[in-house]
Amino acid sequence: MRIFRDTGHLFRLAGLFAVGTLSFFVIRAFLVPRSFGEYGHYRGAAISEIAAHPIRFAGHQTCETCHTDVAQTKNAGKHAQVNCEACHGPLAKHADDPSIDPGKPDTAVLCVRCHAASAAKPKGVPQVDADQHANGLPCQTCHQPHNPAIAAGGAK
Amino acid sequence: MPGVEGFMYPNEVSLYWSVLIVLYPFITGLVAGAFILASLARIFRVEAVKPTYRLALLTALAFLIVAPLPLQLHLGHPERSYEMYMTPHRTSAMAMFGFVYLWYLMAVLVVEIWLDFRADIVALSQSTIGWRRWMYLAMTLGSANVSPRALAIDERVGWLVTLIGVPSAFLLHGYVGFIFGSIKANPWWSSPLMPVVFIFSAMVSGIALVMLLYMAATRLRRQPIDMLCVDTIARCLFYIFIIDFSLEMLDLIHRVYEADESFRSLDFMVHTRLYFSQIVLQIYIGTLTPILLLALTQVIRLGATARKRIYAVAGSLALVGIFAMRWNVVIGGQLFSKSFLGYTTYKMALVTREGLLVSIGLTLLPLLILAVLVKILPPWPEAEHASIPEAVAAP
Repeated sequence: MRIFRDTGHLFRLAGLFAVGTLSFFVIRAFLVPRSFGEYGHYRGAAISEIAAHPIRFAGHQTCETCHTDVAQTKNAGKHAQVNCEACHGPLAKHADDPSIDPGKPDTAVLCVRCHAASAAKPKGVPQVDADQHANGLPCQTCHQPHNPAIAAGGAK
Repeated sequence: MPGVEGFMYPNEVSLYWSVLIVLYPFITGLVAGAFILASLARIFRVEAVKPTYRLALLTALAFLIVAPLPLQLHLGHPERSYEMYMTPHRTSAMAMFGFVYLWYLMAVLVVEIWLDFRADIVALSQSTIGWRRWMYLAMTLGSANVSPRALAIDERVGWLVTLIGVPSAFLLHGYVGFIFGSIKANPWWSSPLMPVVFIFSAMVSGIALVMLLYMAATRLRRQPIDMLCVDTIARCLFYIFIIDFSLEMLDLIHRVYEADESFRSLDFMVHTRLYFSQIVLQIYIGTLTPILLLALTQVIRLGATARKRIYAVAGSLALVGIFAMRWNVVIGGQLFSKSFLGYTTYKMALVTREGLLVSIGLTLLPLLILAVLVKILPPWPEAEHASIPEAVAAP
């Protein structure tokens, strides 16, 4: 069969491609997690793994059981709807063991996250150019973070 | 806020797609364009461009190897990129790139290059020694059959591969245009003409690049430049450039006439922030000047030296123009706010992962790879070891 003799190299190339394709499917069988595609285009087992993560946030109700005075101050001011851990960070460990001191946030850094001037923010949110407004002083020098209106008093 | 003018939404202030995403369509376009020039010789039987056929194929391969690198650098985590093959996301155009790329690399370019260079590989496996011999022996796949009949079969199969390769090249670059053209939230990009414009601009850049590389390489090798070859390439470049420019103007006229709600904002941007890169660099320097220079060679009888100089200048300007076009599409599309009331600024970093130095490196890397490929598989006409019998016609 002369035709096969002269096309032998093409069969070798085709064979190489076949081996490559086969290897791809073998490797794929090993690498793709079994639960992939169970619910969607992701690893199904990821849901239970994420659910098994330890809880890091305590929730504002937990905070308010001990810090009733702060809760009262906060609920009287503009920050009433801001959750404790939005500023203080996750505090489940502190709630479990109050001896763990979570530390206080640096107001010079924290407040500008929301209150730095930006044309894109709703007009109702007080916005300042921090450098000009505070001249390097931390915000709590004048504003009490839990109830920030000046009328409510400065740092406490 | 520095660099921001008017009203920008917070997520529009800094650009997500950097200069690397400008490089990606530029490099991919060079691949598609170089391959289409190669197909002129094989499919369309333009015998005059034959001296650049093999060089065009190797150029396409060198640039194709580098094409995914800007994406890898931009996205980070290259170790995860294989995931798009393992768990393909069929409804994501971006995720499908892996398959478009793999098809073009493995099923088209590598096969065509192997078939075309097979006789040379066999000859080199017999004439070299040491590790080079082993390398060529591996490349022969253990078959040293270079009988006239085997080569004739290679020619036929190669013709078929090129035939599949032309729509594949269109697919590769049309796909890149599609990525932008299909983003309906962005009026600067969203246009069904985008894939077509990308394909024609790819042809312009790829043909200009191979023409320049051929002229430079021939000069370096102290060989005479085949003027019939470069004249034919320049003529093709001229015609395709006119089609490309017409399509871009058609898009522009359509936008001006339609004048939808985004028009005033985009018009302002073109006359301010994009004025230099779009009007000056892309249109005047990168499109009209090379078209006029190439037109000059078509209407005035010029000497070979003058023609060569004009081709070199026109080719280089064409590359600048097409790069500017990619820049204006990618960067321009992120400079204005969706509110149409504000504009931001792109400031390119210098030494970061997505900075200028990396971009320059990525632009030069394909040329380095090409130099290695040319060393391994010399594409020059006099290096062709076994000429394919003239009597064998493609089907």
